[in-house]
Amino acid sequence: MTDMLRGSAVIAGAATAGIGEAFGYDTLELLAAASAAALKDAGLSIKDVDGLFAVTPYHPLTSLSVAEYLGIHPRFADTTFLGGASTVGFLKSAAMALQSGECDVALICYGSHQRTGAAGKKGRLLSPLLDTLPYEAPYRPRNPISSYALAAARHMHDFGTTREQLAEVAVAARKWAQLNPEAFMRKPLSIEDVLSSRMLSDPLTVRDCCLVTDGAGAIVLVRPDRVKDLPKPPVYVLGSATEISHRQIASMPDLTVTSARESGRRAYAAAGLGPSDVDLVQLYDAFTINTILFLEDLGFCPKGEGGAFVSGGAIAPGGVLPVNTNGGGLSCCHPGMYGVFAIIEAARQLRGEAGERSVKDADVALVHGNGAVLSVQSTAILGTAATV
Amino acid sequence: MQTIPDTSPASGTDGPGPARAYEDALAQGVFLIQKCNQCAGHIFYPRLVCTHCGADDLRAVEASGDAVVYSTTVVRQGAEEGGDYNVALVELAEGPRLMSRVENVDPERVAIGMKLRLSLKDEGGKPVVVFVPPEVRP
Ligand SMILES: [Zn+2]
Repeated sequence: MTDMLRGSAVIAGAATAGIGEAFGYDTLELLAAASAAALKDAGLSIKDVDGLFAVTPYHPLTSLSVAEYLGIHPRFADTTFLGGASTVGFLKSAAMALQSGECDVALICYGSHQRTGAAGKKGRLLSPLLDTLPYEAPYRPRNPISSYALAAARHMHDFGTTREQLAEVAVAARKWAQLNPEAFMRKPLSIEDVLSSRMLSDPLTVRDCCLVTDGAGAIVLVRPDRVKDLPKPPVYVLGSATEISHRQIASMPDLTVTSARESGRRAYAAAGLGPSDVDLVQLYDAFTINTILFLEDLGFCPKGEGGAFVSGGAIAPGGVLPVNTNGGGLSCCHPGMYGVFAIIEAARQLRGEAGERSVKDADVALVHGNGAVLSVQSTAILGTAATV
Repeated sequence: MQTIPDTSPASGTDGPGPARAYEDALAQGVFLIQKCNQCAGHIFYPRLVCTHCGADDLRAVEASGDAVVYSTTVVRQGAEEGGDYNVALVELAEGPRLMSRVENVDPERVAIGMKLRLSLKDEGGKPVVVFVPPEVRP
């Protein structure tokens, strides 16, 4: 049985703005630039937006700040803060709002001037909205890196995963980035480069960690009855699901198993599809261990075999599974919360707009968002018109 | 001998709540965890509800102090900033895990599965829960 929401929301527009360094722009300006571009892409106007799904690291009342900035009065809004999983999570609430008629044009948007805005200001890299964690603070973890390092260390202990296998993830991301003119880091990167770069929190080096960039992304969703009016090929939301497991890493039930197993299971069930139907995968790769964990938990390989799965360039261009074809958070962009960029890259691939990095004959994409310290997982399955 | 406070809501709403009761005991040199009166499961950090069964019927108990390393990392920083240090996830013999630090051993030599004993430490007037390998217990 497939879900009643299957195919009920269509990505009509998608756009980024200010990827990399956007000197002189602030967060809302970047967000508005991406939103305006995404609406043009959909053949719509900012004034058509009546459902707003917005989050930034800097605005606790994001939907209010964004609505005011854009000059709109949305009748439905969602600012649920799931860290980096927020925007993928919005696909569910947007689909529900569209299907129930609570809104007709849904705008999902995110922006951050994290790189240039934070330059030289120590401590500005993390969202000021984040709370202090009293049972962690005395031990001074370099969060979020140390929490992911603890997960990586446990995965290495339990399954024999190696630093070289973690490095494979970073190298594959860079090879995809070299095919993407928008990517921020496109210089060649070798496994040896990753291993010999500066250790931050063992076993993760600076090259096992995502970039710190500026950037904004927006997508526009409508109901499928408008598909004939859209200037671009429609991308259908076939299924999506979210699961929350913890806030801080000490409370994660098993550091080698994420809630992606559950969010993935439900997203696949909603879409009536499985891992073997997926043509390309966009995962939230804040750290190299993420890609390995999510490939396992989303069913692309058995638990514990993610390290072997990514080896030998298997997720790089020309490999067995196209993963993070824009270069991911590791090499394309990471302005604090990456989820929306995974959705946009999947949409570009399914529309056939990915240029040199295009995955041939792609009809089904899996998008996966992750928030905080492996704390919340959101999975979505997107498809072309051939899938509905 | 310290008294161990009842941290269940049945004890009233005058407080201290479980977090404050934990801090107060720690200041007296006692590391408390909580045990559920319904399912007998233990939890850390101190809360009003049992994360195993959902009951709001917890009591504070003194932890045995026995633990093992569940995972470990070394935070790297220059000597001028204080040098490298350990951050570990420690699994208590009673079951719960917490973030902590393993001391009296080179941060790089802290290993998953290593046996530990509780060691309360004063840091700037605040009690901090750390762990040490038992053979080098101070
Ligand atoms: Zn219980």
